Amino acid sequence: MDNLHLATPEIFMLFASCAVLVVDLFLKPGQRHMTYWLTQGSLLITLLLTYGQVGDTAGTAFSGAYTVDGMSAVLKSWILLIAIGGFVYTRDYIKDREIANGEYYVLGLFGVMGMMIMTSSNNLLTIYLGLELLALSLYAMVALYRSNADASEAAMKYFVLGALASGMLLYGMSMVYGSTGSLDLATISQALTTSDAGSTGARFGLTFIIVGLAFKLGAVPFHMWVPDVYDGAPTSVTLYISTAPKIAAFAMIIRLLVDGLEVLSSDWTLMFAILAALSLVVGNLLAIAQQNIKRMLAYSTISHVGFLLLGMVAANPEGYSASMFYAITYAFTTLAAFGVLLVLSRNGEEAVMLDDLSGLFRRNALAATVMMVALISLAGVPPLVGFYAKLSVLKAVISAGYVWLAVIAVIMSVVGAFYYLRAIKMMFFDDPVDSSEVPARMDVNATLAVNGLAVVVLGIFPGWIMAVCVRAFAG
Amino acid sequence: MSFQLFIFYVFAIIMVFAAARVITVRNPVYAAMFLVLTFFTAAAIWMLLEAEFLAVTLVLVYVGAVMVLFLFVVMMLDINVEPLREGFVKYLPVGILVGSIMFLEMVFLLTQRYFPSENFPAPAAKPANYSNTEELGRLLYSDYLFHFEVAALILMVAIVAAIALTMRRRSDTKYQRPGLQVQVKKEDRLRVVSMDTESKS
Repeated sequence: MDNLHLATPEIFMLFASCAVLVVDLFLKPGQRHMTYWLTQGSLLITLLLTYGQVGDTAGTAFSGAYTVDGMSAVLKSWILLIAIGGFVYTRDYIKDREIANGEYYVLGLFGVMGMMIMTSSNNLLTIYLGLELLALSLYAMVALYRSNADASEAAMKYFVLGALASGMLLYGMSMVYGSTGSLDLATISQALTTSDAGSTGARFGLTFIIVGLAFKLGAVPFHMWVPDVYDGAPTSVTLYISTAPKIAAFAMIIRLLVDGLEVLSSDWTLMFAILAALSLVVGNLLAIAQQNIKRMLAYSTISHVGFLLLGMVAANPEGYSASMFYAITYAFTTLAAFGVLLVLSRNGEEAVMLDDLSGLFRRNALAATVMMVALISLAGVPPLVGFYAKLSVLKAVISAGYVWLAVIAVIMSVVGAFYYLRAIKMMFFDDPVDSSEVPARMDVNATLAVNGLAVVVLGIFPGWIMAVCVRAFAG
Repeated sequence: MSFQLFIFYVFAIIMVFAAARVITVRNPVYAAMFLVLTFFTAAAIWMLLEAEFLAVTLVLVYVGAVMVLFLFVVMMLDINVEPLREGFVKYLPVGILVGSIMFLEMVFLLTQRYFPSENFPAPAAKPANYSNTEELGRLLYSDYLFHFEVAALILMVAIVAAIALTMRRRSDTKYQRPGLQVQVKKEDRLRVVSMDTESKS
């Protein structure tokens, strides 16, 4: 048991989650806000502990099962920060719908824990266990809104397809394990470099691993569950699914394919190129046809997953750091967009159709402005952060020689700009259907403002995050 | 062909047959029974691989506990399997086509030419006093401690989720309050009515 201190954030988080679970049992219905503050407190302390590791801390613990390196501490800090923001937005929404039990918060905490384990994994088994911890929490969170039939249906679909994807991933991992004789990612990499004996089996496993990853990410042609789950799940859970887990999924790709199977990169770059191109085309074209804003954002997620994979196609540190930047900025931009939707879904009403956005500027100027900033950033218009993210990915792809992919990506971004701009036009220039004001709490307003400001400021000064991302893959 | 190989093929054939029957029989109870047979033969194959502890656990946990629970569910819930079979014939040609293409691809890839068995030598047989259980336990609580803990956490999430999803407060549920029940006095329940005696006539 050496280097146990490296895992301090996870260990603290485990104890804190269990404490929240137990304390919640003894609270009376009127004291539920205690659960909320305890949850936020444990996330905040974990964030501080994790942030302390950013920089020079590196090493493995638990006999090589767990690792801290430049990438993991940065990504975990962002995951925790986004989780805190997400809980601020969801607080009133889940209270209105009577799903704000202790279980909601505890499952949320366990999900964050799963993401942290995925990010810090150094071993096929750790990756799988972290993924399952996250996935099980997510299935349960979607299903918690029991009075809503759509949510139950979405949970069922999510569970069945998620289980299938886990099966694929596990089968691929077992083939890799069988051909290289190790679960440890570094040993796998070494075994494949030194001898050619296991490479056929590892390639065979790689195919299944990529199918599993594509299912989990929602890349075309494994995207069918994404719109249904985004639409059926309560908006608070949609926010949770569409933000931080994307960062964790990126970390999982890096761990599996770069730390473990980079020797086979000539095989997986082509698969990623196909997945990325299809995701960009299908995601952007189908998003145009959507009248439901949650479905529109779901298809937009699919197209952004395409961009995320595009950076991986380059298969060099430049591409990885561009993808990392993309994952982080995408997560907090989407956080702002769903935060506004949650502000709009008040008094038992759901803001699901695009019409619900019309005239928003006259009803709540701050929410409309933040939504505009988020959507423009997702569309990739300078000077917002989404532009720089797209630019750095495209730069990496072109310098790796995939000009045709970059052309597809740019054309599809232009197509995608249409549906983002349509939503903005409705918010600012159309007459509201229901002109009542949309009030929001102080803390929600403040978080929205900070979130919107981050999208703008980091777009003008992207150097800070970009430097961190580059350093993560420099070693 | 050694005797061990012969035994392996016997069990393997039974297992594939049973697994195929699980998805083809009409009666769900028979399907569950065939699943029991599949697990049991899998346990036998593990036994051939000298994984005694895993084999015994598979029989105890899956055959003994999980499948009994399965049978209970199948028998208690009156599942109508007809709607589940709808469209079976319609999708069968496509399914067979995709399945056989995948099968042929795998056969092509995993043949001796690309996947020679010399690359994967059989591990040496362990001495007779080697304890599979002890070695597993040692590994589980040393090298795989982290995984062990995370697996425990996953089970806890499953418990929390199962309770949160199924426990609901219903207004028409009747509760017993033992505290009040034991405080009951004779006067609360029993009323002595004095009546005039009636004469038999």
